[in-house]
Amino acid sequence: MLKQIEGSHAVAHVVAQCRPNVISAYPITPQTHIVEELAEIVGAGQLDAEFVNVESEFSAASVVLGASAAGARAYTATSSQGLLLMSEVIYCIAGMRLPIVMTCANRAISAPLSIWNDQQDSMAVRDAGWIQLHAEDNQEASDLHVQAFKIAERTFLPVMVCMDGFILTHAFEPVDIPEQKEVDDFLPTFKPRHIVDPRWPRGIGLFADPRFYMETRYILHRALEKSEETIKEVSSEFAKTFGRESGGFIKAYKLEEADVVVISMGSVVGTIKELIDQLEEEGKKVGLLQICSYRPFPRHEVYRALKDKMNIVVLEKCISLGRGGILASDVRWSFPRAEKKDRDISSFVAGLGGRNISIDDLRYMVEKVEKEPVEFEFLGLKEELIAEKDM
Amino acid sequence: MREQSKYLEGVDKKDLFASGHRACGGCGQALAARLVADAAGENTIACVATGCLEVFSGPYPDPSWRIPFLHSLFENASAVASGVDAAYKALKKGPVNIIAHGGDGSTADIGFQSISGMFERGHNVLYVCYDNEAYMNTGVQRSSFTPYGARTSTTPTGNTTRKKNMPMLAADHGIPYVATATVDDFRDLQLKIRKALTIEGPKYIHILAPCPLGWGHHGELTVEICRLAKDTGLFPVYEIIDGKVTNVRKIPVKVPVEEYLKPQGRFKHLFKKGVPTKEVDVIQEIANQNIERFNL
Ligand SMILES: Cc1ncc(C[n+]2csc(CCOP(=O)(O)OP(=O)(O)O)c2C)c(N)n1
Ligand code: SF4
Ligand SMILES: [Mg+2]
Repeated sequence: MLKQIEGSHAVAHVVAQCRPNVISAYPITPQTHIVEELAEIVGAGQLDAEFVNVESEFSAASVVLGASAAGARAYTATSSQGLLLMSEVIYCIAGMRLPIVMTCANRAISAPLSIWNDQQDSMAVRDAGWIQLHAEDNQEASDLHVQAFKIAERTFLPVMVCMDGFILTHAFEPVDIPEQKEVDDFLPTFKPRHIVDPRWPRGIGLFADPRFYMETRYILHRALEKSEETIKEVSSEFAKTFGRESGGFIKAYKLEEADVVVISMGSVVGTIKELIDQLEEEGKKVGLLQICSYRPFPRHEVYRALKDKMNIVVLEKCISLGRGGILASDVRWSFPRAEKKDRDISSFVAGLGGRNISIDDLRYMVEKVEKEPVEFEFLGLKEELIAEKDM
Repeated sequence: MREQSKYLEGVDKKDLFASGHRACGGCGQALAARLVADAAGENTIACVATGCLEVFSGPYPDPSWRIPFLHSLFENASAVASGVDAAYKALKKGPVNIIAHGGDGSTADIGFQSISGMFERGHNVLYVCYDNEAYMNTGVQRSSFTPYGARTSTTPTGNTTRKKNMPMLAADHGIPYVATATVDDFRDLQLKIRKALTIEGPKYIHILAPCPLGWGHHGELTVEICRLAKDTGLFPVYEIIDGKVTNVRKIPVKVPVEEYLKPQGRFKHLFKKGVPTKEVDVIQEIANQNIERFNL
């Protein structure tokens, strides 16, 4: 049923429909509305779950770790500093193959303190062994949560659904919230694999000496690569059941004819599409490749989609300080070295700490790369605020 | 021989914590963990923090535990146990004994926030702290439980602070059961474990667990050192039930702290040519204060 609803509330309702047994989270803007709404839902008796109000994100992640290891379907949500505080547990959850689902309401990282959106937080834990899915809008954010539980529980990998803070979490948009029965039919009850249970005494989280550790990493890496199939499968099962496309690996917009291709992820793709339409009217062929699954990275899909494209520009809301664009590195590495094509892959960082990314900024970016490739540039930088002596 | 079997009367020995683990000879913590596991019985889940215990008992592929064992990090055993508790409630499973196990460092330092949260939320979890008065697993560094005067690898001239009083801090959370114990009295230790497990809500048991490596005593003295810790007044043994200190173990014959300090390498520097320095007086004063406070 289509409902005019805040993004956070839409996500909370859909998460509740997935019937998690244990929810644990700690408040941080812009994630708060999601867990507040879930607390309401549990409090009103509409969801039979344990809602554990913890004293930190570190414990929130540890509580869902323990709950999942004991066989519960477990959910948490956080942002920014909260995710960084969790990071030790985040790695552990993946290493222990616990199919936990988390929402990351993407937000910048201190210092300086900023509650506004970018994607530096989820990027900081991109190598932890979680599947990371990025939502374009609130419909997709909601849909991805239904898919996330199914993907997690099929692959025994944790899934982080990333949605841009404020831009999505606090935006009121019409969202189609499914019927409970539809979700129940789509998402089977959780069948855990290894649990702590006195009936079957076993150790979970043993330590591994150098004879064993490497293989655990190899297996986790391969499991993530293999989860590509599951992510696609679940996305198409979702389309079949709910009648709309959501998630998957990558998405393309006006890509086939494009001379310039913009690659990005998250809510900014909406503005990019708008620009593409404008430019089309002006006779320019620009296309979009949207990354839905950032981890596992859709390397082969990116290559297949961009094989014949010579002018590519990556736009991202994160940065590897001292190195440059992170998504850009992933994209550059997606092309086989043997191919030796003289392809231009430009890299732009934008929207850090909630800086608006206007359609004019994007137009400037596209026009610039039409002339010559850009190794790396901050888009929308205010030169007047920067002094040479500070650098 | 007869005397020993009498000593073990009423002590549970189920071998739920198997021998063959990698602890040093005479490790107080290994002994304590075995007593805890056997007292709690099969219907128990152990959530263990990183530290000596986890490292000597939890290597892949042959852990010592014959009950379910869950380890993730150094500072989160309480929160993980809270999660297990929440799962059991949500899935309407159980009853089951959930025991979190941690060293002094993981309990009172890096994991203090986590244990405080678990207590305050009222989870049905027993927390067992194995107090060996330093970070042993990483090479005997000082913790907030390191006693006054003790030499550790990060207090080479002797620790200048006093031990954090964790049992009282636990009790101040308003939890229903707190107890201290040592590894020289198996029966008392196991009794307290069994008793704690009959009580709903968070429980805290603090076990003095001498570490021959870090304390610098002979492994065979571990039990004797515990007795001395009690008889000097340095380690009071008591219960706190619903906020009231009770069942305090009375000292039969009071022993000067020197006798406790002398067999331990970590206190060697407190004696110059066998003569106690003024630091020993400070430690005696700490013992006297305990004796007075708990009426030992
Ligand atoms: C976050 C983090 N910091 C530091 C460590 C290293 N570390 C592992 S065990 C340990 C000390 C354990 O001390 P304690 O809890 O007293 O247990 P013990 O080994 O003495 O039994 C330390 C510092 C770690 N594993 N994780
Ligand atoms: S170092 Fe101490 S606590 Fe660790 S195993 Fe050896 S005796 Fe036990
Ligand atoms: Mg210790």
